[in-house]
Amino acid sequence: MTAPGRANGQPGAAVVEARHLVKHFPIRRGLFARSAGAVRAVDDVSFVVEAGRTLGVVGESGCGKTTTAKLVLRLEQPTAGEILFEGRNLVDLGPEGHSHYRRSVQAVFQDPYASLNPRMRVDAIVMEPLVTNETLPAAEVAARLRRLLDLVGLPRRAAELFPHEFSGGQRQRIAIARALALSPRLVVLDEPVSALDVSIRAQILNLLTDLQRELGLAYLFIAHDLAAVAHMSHTIAVMYLGKIVELGDARTVARDPKHPYTQALFSAALPSHPDEVREEILLPGEVPSPANPPAGCRFHPRCPQAMDRCARDVPALAPAAGRDVSCWLYDPAGARAPAGAR
Amino acid sequence: MADRPLLEVDRLSTHYVSSRGTRVVRAVDEVSFTLRAGETLGVVGESGSGKTTLALSLLRLLPPAARIVGGAVRFEGEDLVTKSPGEMRRIRGRRIAMILQDPMASLNPLFTVGDQVSEPLRVHEGTRRGAAWERARALLKAVRIPAPEQRVREYPHQMSGGMRQRIVGAIAISCEPRLLIADEPTTSLDVTIQAQYLRLLRDLQREHGLALIFITHNLGIVARMCDTVAVMYAGRVVEGGPVRRIFSSPAHPYTQALVDSIPRLGDGPARLTAIDGQPPDLVSPPTGCAFHPRCPRALDRCRQEEPPAFEVLAAHTARCWLAAPGTP
Repeated sequence: MTAPGRANGQPGAAVVEARHLVKHFPIRRGLFARSAGAVRAVDDVSFVVEAGRTLGVVGESGCGKTTTAKLVLRLEQPTAGEILFEGRNLVDLGPEGHSHYRRSVQAVFQDPYASLNPRMRVDAIVMEPLVTNETLPAAEVAARLRRLLDLVGLPRRAAELFPHEFSGGQRQRIAIARALALSPRLVVLDEPVSALDVSIRAQILNLLTDLQRELGLAYLFIAHDLAAVAHMSHTIAVMYLGKIVELGDARTVARDPKHPYTQALFSAALPSHPDEVREEILLPGEVPSPANPPAGCRFHPRCPQAMDRCARDVPALAPAAGRDVSCWLYDPAGARAPAGAR
Repeated sequence: MADRPLLEVDRLSTHYVSSRGTRVVRAVDEVSFTLRAGETLGVVGESGSGKTTLALSLLRLLPPAARIVGGAVRFEGEDLVTKSPGEMRRIRGRRIAMILQDPMASLNPLFTVGDQVSEPLRVHEGTRRGAAWERARALLKAVRIPAPEQRVREYPHQMSGGMRQRIVGAIAISCEPRLLIADEPTTSLDVTIQAQYLRLLRDLQREHGLALIFITHNLGIVARMCDTVAVMYAGRVVEGGPVRRIFSSPAHPYTQALVDSIPRLGDGPARLTAIDGQPPDLVSPPTGCAFHPRCPRALDRCRQEEPPAFEVLAAHTARCWLAAPGTP
């Protein structure tokens, strides 16, 4: 990954950087809601999202990818760790800095049937963030609305209609227009196409690619469709039980995954052609509960290549074969000290 | 194995009629295909293409507004369309079984897993409770549920999504059906759990000589699992044939666009082939070929006349004027 803190705006500059993010949800039991442990949803996760680029996050249910997105959106407060926006720590920003952050980081969610208010017309939906956050003359608001509708490929007469008059793909365009209303730097895309029909998905993915190129947006793209994530992303982070197990250039990771979990995950991805045969690595069992993650490497109970050491020591995310991997298999000569005290 | 196909669907049409009879939706329109024992057919289509109505028509489980208005479903030589409700009840779950998308909705939360897995055996084969439970334990083992002795006494909520879907699978195969219809069976599962489940279905198919019909919107599942494909659009099978042939040289522009629109693992950021527009509203379908408003290669003829199914090659058909003999 590139060094953070380069000049703002230019492609490749860090927009949002997460450092050692941790989010634990306490489990409360009994009459007095005594704390009975915690769900370690996100456990020491670091990454950088750069301008004009996409960081794809993949992983299965319970891996912490949605919690990570919520932390970036400030919908959840981290238990520990910090988030830097354009090189500055959010904690050091005043209330004004926070509101600037909230305007600069927007989201598009999975279900455009749930994320748009059925009682509001499209113009009100798209302009709501603008009206709440800025004081603009009406003419300027109308001009911005037209520009946004053009940008996402909606006809201008869409402004006067209600969400139910649109198909799923069109609704997702409305949601994207709303996310872009405040000219954000980063857009969090949480499964933006999974609720859409197959023939519509490519339309929306292409639109997102075009918008990124045009506006220099940074994307945090979260999805379970591996091929779509690999296709959209410049960098991929693979998560398992709250930790990033592999992080690197999207094509490098997708073509030659190194972590045994990434290998199994990508081998389980469905082929795009019947002749595309991949070696299937079937993992035994299911993902353990994040309330009680295994000791050592969290993947070791299901790992086909687990060693004695994996049950004891937590591997750190370290460079190997042109990307970062957290696995003892890639430990040079096994000499690295057990990292990451728990 | 006899040479006669296990299932022969011949110009099956199912329509939804509004309560006053004023509006008719041709959800399934003259659909034909055949399936042999041990084979897997993939029915692909988007929402509203009629694929689920097709599956429900085969089992005669249609909602009251829907009616089979024509065609035949010959299963082991008998036409299911003409069977009485009682006869159908003896076929469902015993000779033809179905797996639905959401395992939580298809399992009863108030009964133990053992009760639910042994129920078809007790109903269809009159097996006594003890023997049926014994079979249930064996079935749970067959679908690779760990500790089946303990799990039979548990309830669905005590299990994960993947396990529940495997239990639904165990119920489906309990009476050793000849045909298993799976409607989006893995949509609610995670990637690695999906891989486990697809492998399990394939193993069960091999062990029992099951014929499988996969109803799905996911071409990846078709590519991995199926021998033949039927691509549905606006109630019709617009293209059908052997899976390799359909993926390598699709004859219908819709199939072509679908195959091109899926991202390939390992490709970098590039534009995908998108299909413009949206699937048609079946209350007022377009004239001529239903795909023509979205088709990049539409001819004048496509706007007026509906194309019949042309044979592109043996066993490969396409409803498209471009596939008509003599068209370059």
